[in-house]
Amino acid sequence: MESILAYLLAGISYGGQLALIAIGYTMVYGILRLINFAHSDVFMVAGLFVIYLQTAVGFYVAIPAAIILTVVLAFSIEKLAYKPLRSAPRMSVMISAIGVSYLIQNVAMYITGGLPKVYPDIPLFTESVEIFGASTKRVTLLTPVLVIVLVVALVLLINKTKIGMAMRASSVDFETARLMGIKINNVISMTFIIGAVLAAIGSMLYFSNYNSISPTSGAMPGLKAFVAAVFGGIGSIPGAVVGAFIIGICENLLKMVGLTEFSDAFTFALLIFILVVKPTGLFGEKQYDKV
Amino acid sequence: MVKENAKTLLEINNLQIRFGGIKAVDGLSLSVKEGEIVTLIGSNGAGKSTTMKAISGMVKPFAGEIIFGSDNITGQAPNVIVSKGITMVPEGRRVFPNLTVLENLKIGAYLRYDNLTNDIDYVYSLFPRLRERSWQLAGTLSGGEQQMLAVGRALMAKPKLIMMDEPSLGLAPIVVAEIFEIIKEINRQGITVVLNEQNANMALKIGDRGYVFETGRISMSGKCSDLANDPKVQEAYLGKSK
Ligand SMILES: Nc1ncnc2c1ncn2[C@@H]1O[C@H](COP(=O)(O)OP(=O)(O)O)[C@@H](O)[C@H]1O
Ligand SMILES: [Mg+2]
Repeated sequence: MESILAYLLAGISYGGQLALIAIGYTMVYGILRLINFAHSDVFMVAGLFVIYLQTAVGFYVAIPAAIILTVVLAFSIEKLAYKPLRSAPRMSVMISAIGVSYLIQNVAMYITGGLPKVYPDIPLFTESVEIFGASTKRVTLLTPVLVIVLVVALVLLINKTKIGMAMRASSVDFETARLMGIKINNVISMTFIIGAVLAAIGSMLYFSNYNSISPTSGAMPGLKAFVAAVFGGIGSIPGAVVGAFIIGICENLLKMVGLTEFSDAFTFALLIFILVVKPTGLFGEKQYDKV
Repeated sequence: MVKENAKTLLEINNLQIRFGGIKAVDGLSLSVKEGEIVTLIGSNGAGKSTTMKAISGMVKPFAGEIIFGSDNITGQAPNVIVSKGITMVPEGRRVFPNLTVLENLKIGAYLRYDNLTNDIDYVYSLFPRLRERSWQLAGTLSGGEQQMLAVGRALMAKPKLIMMDEPSLGLAPIVVAEIFEIIKEINRQGITVVLNEQNANMALKIGDRGYVFETGRISMSGKCSDLANDPKVQEAYLGKSK
């Protein structure tokens, strides 16, 4: 019984980390109808920022600085690689995103020399705690709390503020949003900034469970988060969060019953299943055709 | 309501707009005085919507100038033009279906930072049906209610000039009559109106002056009452035979 709870908690925690990545996918898709393939690499780079900054300036500066640098990176990607293609066919932007993804991985390869870089112990996250008779890192307990706080803040931002209203309006109709005096480019930038902040925080939580980062370390969590976003209904924030928790919990329960090698397969089977049975995902009932 | 010595509010000189090779607007000039209702009539594809989009900053002119008050607004961004006091009720209403009625009104005032309570009340007094549906998503409204919302939304920016692109399209006659009453009411409050209206009969009844569009140019203009009596207009746009 204790071990079930321990696996469950680990699953919730892992799901929460995926949720923080998945929100970035789903929000960018919601506004640009773009699958931002570079998002998982931004997530990985956030980890590298922590590694390099930590040795240079210590944790207290490294953590906020890594978040800011991640925001700058995501903001610049949008401005340099996506914005010039605003009126190009959607496929061109997707291809640009794939290009950015490989570019980031290659640059990371060059800078790290291709060797895995040791991820530092952030004491607040990695100290060992006892829970349900099992010992785990504190990050396992912190993640669900932090994810809930961040998601609530995001939902309030989107539903209660002016910029949030502009984001919702722009997600269905750019042209009419412009007619209201909304600067679409600011709304898009804001979307990328929010996605980057959450990915950077998610990165710190996620990599605290690992020893090192390599340039492709973003790929698997990125893919899982993307599946979570599609499973929940791409474009929907609650969908992405619920999808991520479901995947996180299911994967860990599979590990508990000894099916560790099937946990990845399960997630992708889930993706195929939902695409066949309910292509709009759990929460994606209403799709507004974007004009 | 046009005053005796009303000043020119909007002036368009030799406007040209091209889409690739197509000359959608080709050397068009017109003017609108403060307090007027000016109607634009003409067959489909004559360039009325494109002209309105150029005024609101949604399309960039190829040549020509658009003067609003004392400002040259040619080619300015839509947010600049809204803040100068021009708003538009777009063709097909285009309310935000995923926002509530109230939010659709608030987003019309996106560039304002003052208190909106009085203006929301004013719109609700014009359209009591919207007040009842304040918390409903706009996508659940009927066509007529959406049109009312689109007009209300355009009022929320406190415009000096409001442009309406085919507000009667696809609506039942009784709803159209209601919306035309509101247009007159808005105009009595001192807002200048430019109206693109497929139903030329109604358009020429409500308007002070009118312009007839033909393939990107003005083919005729004058007082609406004169246009309505013109045999050419009667034959081409009012469905009357000689
Ligand atoms: N975005 C566009 N791209 C290409 N051609 C356009 C576009 N918008 C309008 N046009 C063309 O410009 C001309 C004028 O159209 P429009 O202004 O919509 O006419 P109206 O509103 O008087 O019916 C038409 O020939 C139309 O096909
Ligand atoms: Mg038109």
